[in-house]
Amino acid sequence: MLSLYGKDVTSRFLLGTAQYPSPQILSDAAKAGEVDILTVSLRRESAGGQQSGQKFWSLIQDLGVHVLPNTAGCHSARDAILTAKMARDLFKTNWIKLEVIGNSDTLQPDPFQLVEAAAELCADGFEVFPYMTDDLVLAERLLEAGCQVLMPWCAPIGSAAGPLNPTALRTLRGYFPGIPLIVDAGLGRPSHATTVMELGYDAVLLNTAVAKAGDPVSMARAFRNAIEAGREGYLAGMLEPRDFATPSTPLIGQAVFS
Amino acid sequence: MKLIVNGEEQTVRAETLIDLLAELEFEGEWLATAVNNDLVAAEERVGFRLTDGDRIEVLAPMQGG
Repeated sequence: MLSLYGKDVTSRFLLGTAQYPSPQILSDAAKAGEVDILTVSLRRESAGGQQSGQKFWSLIQDLGVHVLPNTAGCHSARDAILTAKMARDLFKTNWIKLEVIGNSDTLQPDPFQLVEAAAELCADGFEVFPYMTDDLVLAERLLEAGCQVLMPWCAPIGSAAGPLNPTALRTLRGYFPGIPLIVDAGLGRPSHATTVMELGYDAVLLNTAVAKAGDPVSMARAFRNAIEAGREGYLAGMLEPRDFATPSTPLIGQAVFS
Repeated sequence: MKLIVNGEEQTVRAETLIDLLAELEFEGEWLATAVNNDLVAAEERVGFRLTDGDRIEVLAPMQGG
């Protein structure tokens, strides 16, 4: 079973909660995907007794899953740290998906601000899930800062491009065999999830690929199956590709017609 | 007193953060608050006195990826 900061989780499928056609479809997709961790965010509440935040929160609570708050939209360590503190006060969890955006077009994380924020938050007792690029040195710095989970992207958020640099992902897996690695962002198809799980990744986190699918509930189920297939394939020990054919049928005892 | 609440100027009678939330009808227990870029935890709102010009953020759970 996957353990993240000492908490056992029953699924390797982490799901975002944004962009669904309706709250009911979000709920149904989470159930179909058998997810155990949902990501949530914090935004300004409306005055005048609208309670929009509480209605959403009630929906999430009814699902009975772990909640991973994020710092989405923050462009500096300072903003991300304050958002994380507000999230901890509200959600009563030390978990935080740390996002510090460095480029508004690609939503690429700012590695320098990310490490700065991670160090301060870890020192303050947070259990940080850093949304990061697939850079090896950045990974090392985040671990030095106190992170015990890494979440590299495989492509820009919402791009649905799939793993653009499998070599970099493989390198991270090879360097950090004991660290939970979760691919976060860029997955578009179930086969993308299978690919990264076959590389030995521990889990995937995605949102848009399910929420914006023609049928989000079916897509959640497809991703669940794809993630399990990739994980089981990885554990079963896969063959390495070869340049030449190797006959699968034994040659011994073959008839000779001449 | 004049305050900036979630980016909008408000003229209010409240002198503490807890009274401000009631006056502006920020209802529900699932709120997070900050004043001038510092967290004000839920249990600290009762005694937290506001001053003219304070910038207050009132956040709530929202969909996110």
